[in-house]
Amino acid sequence: MTMDSQLARKLLFEMVRIRRFEEKSAELYSAGKIRGFLHLYIGEEAVATGAMQALRPEDAIFATYREHGHALVRGISAGAIMAEMYGKVEGCSRGRGGSMHLFDAATRFYGGNAIVGGALPMAVGCALAQKMQQRGELTACFFGEGAVAEGEFHESMNLAELWKVPALFLCENNLYAMGTALERSEADTDLVEKAASYRVPGKSVDGMDVIAVMEAAQEAAQFVRGGGGPYFLEFRTYRFRAHSMFDAELYRSKTEVERWKQHCPIAGFVKRAIAAGWLAAGDSEAIEAEVAREVERAVAFAEAGTWEPVAELTRDVYTARSPS
Amino acid sequence: MARHEFLMPSLGADMEAGTLVAWNVMPGDAVKRGQVVAVVETQKGAIDVEIWQDGRIEKLVVDPGEKVPVGAVLATLIAEGEPVPAAVVPEKAVAVAAPQPAVALPQPAAIPGRFRISPAARKLAAELGVDVNALTPAVADGVISRADVERAVQAAKAGAPPKPGDWQSQMRKAIAAAMAKSKREIPHYYLGTGIEMTRALAWLERENAARPVTARMLYAVLLIKAVALALREVPELNGFWIDGAFQPGPGIHVGMAVAMRGGGLVAPAIHDADRKSLAQLMDDLRDLITRVRGGRLKSSEMADPTITLTSLGDLGVETVYGVIYPPQVALIGFGKISERAWAENGVVACRRAVTATLAGDHRASDGHRGAVFLAAVNRLLQEPEKLQ
Amino acid sequence: MTGVAAKTTYREAMRAALREALQRDPRVFLMGEDVGRYGGSYAVSMGLLAEFGEERIRDTPLSESAFVGAGIGAALAGMRPIVEVMTVNFSLLALDQILNNAATIRHMSGGQFSIPLVIRMATGGGRQLAAQHSHSLEGWYAHIPGIRVVAPATLADARGMLWTALADPDPVIIFEHALLYNLEGELAADAGAVDIDKAAVRRAGTDVTLITYGGSLGKTLQAAEELARAGISAEVIDLRTLRPLDDATIIASVSKTHRAVIVEEGWKSGSLAAEIMARIVELAFYELDAPLARVCSIEVPIPYAKHLEDAALPQVPGIVAAAEGVVRGKA
Repeated sequence: MTMDSQLARKLLFEMVRIRRFEEKSAELYSAGKIRGFLHLYIGEEAVATGAMQALRPEDAIFATYREHGHALVRGISAGAIMAEMYGKVEGCSRGRGGSMHLFDAATRFYGGNAIVGGALPMAVGCALAQKMQQRGELTACFFGEGAVAEGEFHESMNLAELWKVPALFLCENNLYAMGTALERSEADTDLVEKAASYRVPGKSVDGMDVIAVMEAAQEAAQFVRGGGGPYFLEFRTYRFRAHSMFDAELYRSKTEVERWKQHCPIAGFVKRAIAAGWLAAGDSEAIEAEVAREVERAVAFAEAGTWEPVAELTRDVYTARSPS
Repeated sequence: MARHEFLMPSLGADMEAGTLVAWNVMPGDAVKRGQVVAVVETQKGAIDVEIWQDGRIEKLVVDPGEKVPVGAVLATLIAEGEPVPAAVVPEKAVAVAAPQPAVALPQPAAIPGRFRISPAARKLAAELGVDVNALTPAVADGVISRADVERAVQAAKAGAPPKPGDWQSQMRKAIAAAMAKSKREIPHYYLGTGIEMTRALAWLERENAARPVTARMLYAVLLIKAVALALREVPELNGFWIDGAFQPGPGIHVGMAVAMRGGGLVAPAIHDADRKSLAQLMDDLRDLITRVRGGRLKSSEMADPTITLTSLGDLGVETVYGVIYPPQVALIGFGKISERAWAENGVVACRRAVTATLAGDHRASDGHRGAVFLAAVNRLLQEPEKLQ
Repeated sequence: MTGVAAKTTYREAMRAALREALQRDPRVFLMGEDVGRYGGSYAVSMGLLAEFGEERIRDTPLSESAFVGAGIGAALAGMRPIVEVMTVNFSLLALDQILNNAATIRHMSGGQFSIPLVIRMATGGGRQLAAQHSHSLEGWYAHIPGIRVVAPATLADARGMLWTALADPDPVIIFEHALLYNLEGELAADAGAVDIDKAAVRRAGTDVTLITYGGSLGKTLQAAEELARAGISAEVIDLRTLRPLDDATIIASVSKTHRAVIVEEGWKSGSLAAEIMARIVELAFYELDAPLARVCSIEVPIPYAKHLEDAALPQVPGIVAAAEGVVRGKA
């Protein structure tokens, strides 16, 4: 994909939309409209935005509980996501999942998984099925660096490489698994090396640079689609906000946060895009205005949504079947 | 421009309150959306709190160090637009429990304290109209089961406590036969006398006042005892006329006439009534009535009375002209206790008295002996304390 | 449909079921430890690798979590995988995938996805394999909404439940008691799919209902024979499906006999037997002529020494004694 104005505008739009949607979510959570847990993607926008450019509609995606950005870029409407977080039946998971469990069959978005590392085995199986059915598709699995401590990560890397399944493992290393820094939990913090120990090829990428992310993802996807087996990408990134809303961030210093904020993926991209002539001076404002309208519409949609009747409580535990 | 409220935010599922640690702004400061304006201490540590509107701080409502609940007003600010109303909590949907399978329960019959009965047996007994009080378990101290209920139903069909309905007509037939025979064969004579009951009733009242409710005595036991003791003096009224001769009774077993539910009368024996205390007689009487009502009489009780006593006073009858139950030779009847004009020592007073009658078999006794008997009953009832 | 009955074993019946599924539906494939080259740890899949090839008979590494999760992912993506977990003892490593993914994705996604996955596991004790290899945890799995749990105890069920389970759009776990594999019997040559919704009355009776499943069915039927000689007519119910339980069959039987004994190999506390007793009390309290009874494993990790293991697991004399106690009143 060559960079031009259209793509640049698209990338900026996606990142800005994620940013403003997440800020709005924080506000609504503070106001009590969104309940439970809320994990915000602010600071990491470049990873979902860039990586998603390498994926096709028929590919399958597994993500974590910090998945609003991925869902938005993948094409789930902001209204459906917001309504889901409100708990309304118009939400993308009928209000049954909430912030951590966004699912969408139309876009092959398999959640929204809240067990760290829990989606990795499913992604391997999904990729296996794609290979067995010779569909020419791949499965992308986003996960945090905290997952590499789980046995399931190692089992999945091994199995994926052993069976050469078309799985794209996308590790978002934001340096902290909730409140535990990577160097305090891993004897070896070189994540690419871990994947390599299973013979899974991989690369480490600057996750604050959307173009770097995009190019790395495209290259990796091409490898996977070519039948080479799984590929592992580490995106070095940082979340500007706490792990979740109720986190006093006792585990990292404000200085460190401020330092990373200097590498804001949005500000960085705008600067680079204008310098390269992909974006004009007023484009940013126009995009902000459009995003603001979209976020406002999403909130209105959620506010106007309905509560599923309690009588429906036990539906969708099993698949309803017609009497034979 | 209007006044807006800046509220203590909810930062987590289990956050209920927070303590304001510090303000980063002062009244009059302009603030922008997303600006950190305060620091709040929670159970997880100090958290920066943002304001979500552009505006100007008007008043800081909460001071540093104050702990306030989520939703409390922390500050006010002047901002554009109308204040947004507080978040509406979803109407607490009344938790409709998932429909439980319908449990059809028949009303259980009352369980007496002394024995255990299974739920299925209780249900069956209720369905078949079997009184659980009448049931006995197959094994002593065991649980009454459905099998026991079924046995009782079979036994009832075979003869002992029959079902109400055909049972009634059976009883009527039996009584008819006995009474016809009595009138056919027994030459009845009748004697009657009034007995003053003032002393007896007064004594009984005093006795009962000193007893718990469950131990109180009916006035009938006074009659039973008096009759029994009087029979010692006139034994030819206590026994049977069999094969042309009088046979004295093996003891004084007074048959007490008791009406049954559903009609019919039985007069089962209170054995050795002359030798029992009033309290004992009361126990016996109570037990008899219970078992009569439950249809649980022993055949010996039916055959044993050596004389029959019938008290119809509470039905308002003055005088009983009885029919003797063969092979007995006498029947004593008592009417109601009523207030009468009573002449004694030339003075007319109002006294409570009862009319006692004797129906006698003239083959076994004559009027003279009958009169002695009634006089004895009268005499005994004037000294109730001696009846104990 | 009748076919010539042939002498066969539970193992062979299960193998025939697998073969039929693999032949009829190209989406079906089997994966698990040693299902291929080794021929299956219980020899169930012997010969299948040669017949169907490595793509469809997949030996996995010792990664229960990964290959059960992979089964879920493959089912999501349109395949019909049969995942074999060698025994229920090792399934605990995959419990997260089963409970947090297989059982929940349908509900969490608001009904958008189903997971037509079949997991087969061997279960049970009785072969002196000691505490870590002798569990019967079907009751735990039967606790989870979102999955179905079945326990074939007969040749016909071993032959017929698999196809129905594969056709089910939701996850089904099939528990095969390890001592049943050698069970011999007759099976119609064209025996086919059976339902996985209903319990079966394996022996009719009038005095007491014996409720059981899986590996305990044989002992329970034996106990019924002995009881008959002692003058007690026992009705034996084979649950067949542990989730959902077939309440109707259970209650109909107890309403007839008014007494029930539940027999299973789980430890009694918090067991499936406890659940069944609760349901009988809820739905048929006034039909009971005696307290309910159960025969479960003694609350001890299953010991190695034979006499101790025998004492720990339910046995025929214990079942007979429980039934007699319930029919005749406690001695």
